[in-house]
Amino acid sequence: MKLTVWTYEGPPHVGAMRIATSMRGLHYVLHAPQGDTYADLLFTMIERRKSRPPVTYTTFQARDLGADTAEIFKRACAEAVERFDPQAIIVGASCTAELIQDDPGGLAKTLDLAVPVVPLELPSYSKKENWGAAETFYRLVRGFAGGRTAPERGGAGPKSCNILGPTSLGFHNRDDIVEVRKILDLLGVSVNVVAPLDATPADLSRIPDADFNVVLYPEIADTAARWLEKEFKQPAVRTVPIGVNATKDFIRAVADLAGVDPKPALAAGNERLSWYSISIDSNYLTGKRVFIFGDATHAVAAARVAETELGFKVCGLGTYSREFARDVRAAAKGYGVDALISDDHLEIEDAITAAQPELVLGTQMERHIAKRLRIPCAVISAPVHVQDFPARYAPQMGFEGANVLFDTWVHPLTMGLEEHLLGMFRDDFEFNDTVEASHLAAVHQTPSPEGSREAPEPQLDLPSWSLDAEDELKKIPFFVRGKARRNTEQFAAESGIDVITIETLYDAKAHFGR
Amino acid sequence: MTASATAPVACQSTSTSPLRQRGQHEVFCGLTSVIWLHRKIQDAFFLIVGSRTCAHLMQSAAGVMIFAEPRFGTAIIEERDLAGVADMHDELDREVERLLARRPDIKMLVLVGSCPSEVIKFDLARAAERLNTVYAPRRRVLSYSGSGIETTFTQGEDNFLAALVGRLPASAPDAKPSLLVVGSLADVVEDQFDRIFAALGIEDVAFLPSRRSEDLPAVGPNTVFLLAQPFLNEAATVLKKRGARQITAPFPLGEEGTTAWLKVAADAFDIEAARFDAITAPGRDRARKAIAHYRERLKGHRVFLFPDSQMEPSLARFLHREAGAEIIEVGTPYLHRQHTAPEFDLLPNSITVSEGQDVDRQIDRCKAADPDLIVCGMGLANPFEAEGRATKWSIEFVFSPIQGYEQAGDLAELFARPLTRRAALAVEA
Repeated sequence: MKLTVWTYEGPPHVGAMRIATSMRGLHYVLHAPQGDTYADLLFTMIERRKSRPPVTYTTFQARDLGADTAEIFKRACAEAVERFDPQAIIVGASCTAELIQDDPGGLAKTLDLAVPVVPLELPSYSKKENWGAAETFYRLVRGFAGGRTAPERGGAGPKSCNILGPTSLGFHNRDDIVEVRKILDLLGVSVNVVAPLDATPADLSRIPDADFNVVLYPEIADTAARWLEKEFKQPAVRTVPIGVNATKDFIRAVADLAGVDPKPALAAGNERLSWYSISIDSNYLTGKRVFIFGDATHAVAAARVAETELGFKVCGLGTYSREFARDVRAAAKGYGVDALISDDHLEIEDAITAAQPELVLGTQMERHIAKRLRIPCAVISAPVHVQDFPARYAPQMGFEGANVLFDTWVHPLTMGLEEHLLGMFRDDFEFNDTVEASHLAAVHQTPSPEGSREAPEPQLDLPSWSLDAEDELKKIPFFVRGKARRNTEQFAAESGIDVITIETLYDAKAHFGR
Repeated sequence: MTASATAPVACQSTSTSPLRQRGQHEVFCGLTSVIWLHRKIQDAFFLIVGSRTCAHLMQSAAGVMIFAEPRFGTAIIEERDLAGVADMHDELDREVERLLARRPDIKMLVLVGSCPSEVIKFDLARAAERLNTVYAPRRRVLSYSGSGIETTFTQGEDNFLAALVGRLPASAPDAKPSLLVVGSLADVVEDQFDRIFAALGIEDVAFLPSRRSEDLPAVGPNTVFLLAQPFLNEAATVLKKRGARQITAPFPLGEEGTTAWLKVAADAFDIEAARFDAITAPGRDRARKAIAHYRERLKGHRVFLFPDSQMEPSLARFLHREAGAEIIEVGTPYLHRQHTAPEFDLLPNSITVSEGQDVDRQIDRCKAADPDLIVCGMGLANPFEAEGRATKWSIEFVFSPIQGYEQAGDLAELFARPLTRRAALAVEA
C-alpha cells in the first residue's frame, strides 16, 4: 500500500482508452463499476474532443456481484457492437473487475460477434497508464498485422515509413505529426500509416508494408516497434526530433534508412533557436540551473536542448516512466547528476527544493511545485492539462518545435536587464525579489498580511461599512470582491444609505445581478 | 438494457412510476464527494483505500488539480497486498502513521472505502476501531464507503454523514428542542441561514457537517432535523434511529423553495406566521428581484436534466416554477420518494422522470426531444455542444453556493449563462 496524493499516470485501462480514443472504427468494452466513467471527461474536457470516447462501461453494482456480472458484460458487449458498428473491439477489465475475474476476453469469444475481438490483460495493481497504452497498441498491431508475410525490402525507388506513437492526450502530439510529416516530405519519404492517432484497425494491418518505422513516443510505441522489427525485419528510427540537434540527427537517421540526401531537409525551415541563443540578449541564460522532470522521452530531449542549445546547466533530471529508467540514468550521468526515478510527487518536490533551480521544466505537477517554491516553470511533458492543448500551432518536434521550446522556456525567466535592476535595488517595495519575477506575478499575488483585504482609503463621499458587512464581503471570492465592493458602495450612495449593512450588501447584489 | 429498452419516448414516467434504467451509468462514484467534504471540514483528512483508478479519479474529477496540498489522498492497494505477501492492516497502519506525522493539524481521519476495498472485503470499520485505540481522543478515526458499486456521487456524502451521526453525543433527556440542518452547504449560505433562524427565534441550531470536526452537536428525541440536500437517505435513517424527528419540505433552492424550507422549521418551533413573514420578506423580495434578471432568458425554454447529484428534481422545480422553463425529463441516479415528494408536488405530471441510467438510450431520448438546454455531466457536455446544443455542467450545482434567498439569482444565472453565451457568440463549433 502506498499513499498517493497526485499521480503522474492513471491506471493501465486509461492507457487502453487513449489508444481506443485515438483510433477510428475501434470500440472498447470495459468491465468496470460506475464511477470509472470519469475517464471520459479526460477526453471531452482536457482535450476538448467533440465526441465521446468509444468506450462502453458495464457499470456493475454491488447487487450484481456474485450474480450476473458476466451476463452484464456479455450484454454490454453485444449491444456496443450493434450500436456503434465498429471494425473491431477491444475488451478488458478495470481494477475492480480484475478482482472479480470474469475474463472479458473469454466471455466475448462466446458471443460469436461479427467483428474481431482483441482481449486485453492489463494488471491494474502493478502497471500504469503508459504501459497499458503500449501493451494495447502492441496487442492491436499484432492482432491486425500478425500472420502477414514480410514484404521484400531494399529495392530502389522512394521509401515509405509509419509514424508510430502519437495518441489522444499525448503532449502536443497533434502538431508534432505535422512537423514530422514536413521533414519526411522534404526527404521524399512517404507516410504509409500514422498510428494509433486517426488509424483504423484496417490501417494497422498495412503497417508491415512500410520500409521502416518512426517511433515518435517510445513510451507508447516501443513494444509494438520491437515486435515489428522482429516479425517483419522493419527497422525503426528511435531518435526523437525534439530540439535543433535532435532534429538534425533524426533527419540523418531517416535519410540513412531511406538512402536519400539529408541536405535539403537540414537546410529547410525557419529555425531561429540557434541564432536567438547566440544573440547577446541570451547571455543571461548562461549557466541557469534547470531541473527537468517528465516522461523519459521528453525529459531526456529537454536536457539535451537545455545544456547544448540554450546554455543552461542541468541540476536535476528525472522521470516517472520506470520502464525507461535506464535511458534517463544514462543521460543524467552525462550531465553529472543522479537520475530521479520516482512517481511520488512529494519526493520530486523535495528534490527540486534541494537542487535550488532557477527554472523547472516539468509536467503540470512540477508546475504546481514550482509555483509554491516561486520558481519559473515551463511544461514539457504529459500528464496533460487543458492548457497543453493550445488553440495555436505549437509543436515540440522539428525546427518549428525548437522555436516553440525557445519561447516557452525562456519567457518565464527574468530578462537580462531586469535581473540586474533586481540585484541593484533589492528593497524597492514594488520591484524586489519577494515580488515574483516574470509573468507569474500576474497570477501569483502575494497576500497582504491581513489576508488580501483591499481596504481602500476612506473617502468622504462614500458610505462607510459596518463591521459585519465588511466581514460578509470577505466571504465573496477575492476575484469578484472588488466589484462587489464598488457596486455596493454605488448602490448605497444612490439610495442615500450612510452605513452599509449586510442587508445593503445583498440588496445591492439583487439590484445589479451578477 | 432491461424494460427501459422498449420504453417509448413519450411514455408517462412520473415520480411514482419512474422510467427505471440499468444500462451504462455515466455518473461519478461516491468518492467524488470528498472533493467538497475535505474543504468543508477544515481539520479532517479523507484517506481513500483504493486503487490507482481512485487516485486518478480524484485528481481528474474536479476538472482541474487543486494547487494546495489537499486534505485527501489514496492509499493505493498493490499486487503484494492482494497476493497476501503484505498484511493490508499493517500496511494501512504504517501509511496512516506517516500521514499523521506529516499533518499534525488533522483532528479527524476518515477512511473511505472504494470498489476494490469493498470487493476484497477489507474491513475498514475494524481498521478505524483499531486506529482509534492508538490515536483517540486527540484524533478520531471513522470510516464509510464511497465505492462506485454502492454509491453514486453525492451518496458518498450521505454515507459519510451517516457515519458521523454515529459519533454525535446524545442530548440530555430534558434538553431544549434543537434544530439540526443536515448536508454540506457553502459557509456563506450556512451563515445566512443561521442569521435567519436566530432572527426567527430558533435558538439552538447546528449544522452537520460542522466546519471543525470537534464541534459535534448532541442529538436525541428533542432534535428536529431538516435536510439541506436531497441525497441524504442513510443519514436521515440513522438520525431517526437516534430519536431525532425529521421535517420535510422542498429544498432551499429559489425563493419558493427557501421559504417553504424555512417555514417548515419555523412551524416546528411554533414561530408566529407574522414574525416569519416579517423576517423573510426582505429576502424573498431580493430573491425574486434577482431571479427576474434571468427569467426572460429562461422562460419557455425546454430543459432536459441528466442524472447526477439527486438535486435534479429540486433544480427542475426551481427552473419550472421560478424561471418559467419547461421541463422535459428529470433524470436522477436515485429517487427517494419521501424526500422528493414535496418537489414533485410542485411539478406538472407531464414531465418524464427517470431513475438510474442507460446513457446511450438517454442521449437518444434527449436528441429526439431537442431541448434548448441540457443539464449533464462533464463527460457528455462538450459532445453535445459540438452538435450545437447548449449545456450546463451539473457538477457546478454541488460546487457553488446556490441555496437560500441571496443565491437564488446566482442559481438562475448558472442556467441562463450558457444561453446568454450562445446568443453572444457569432462562431460555430
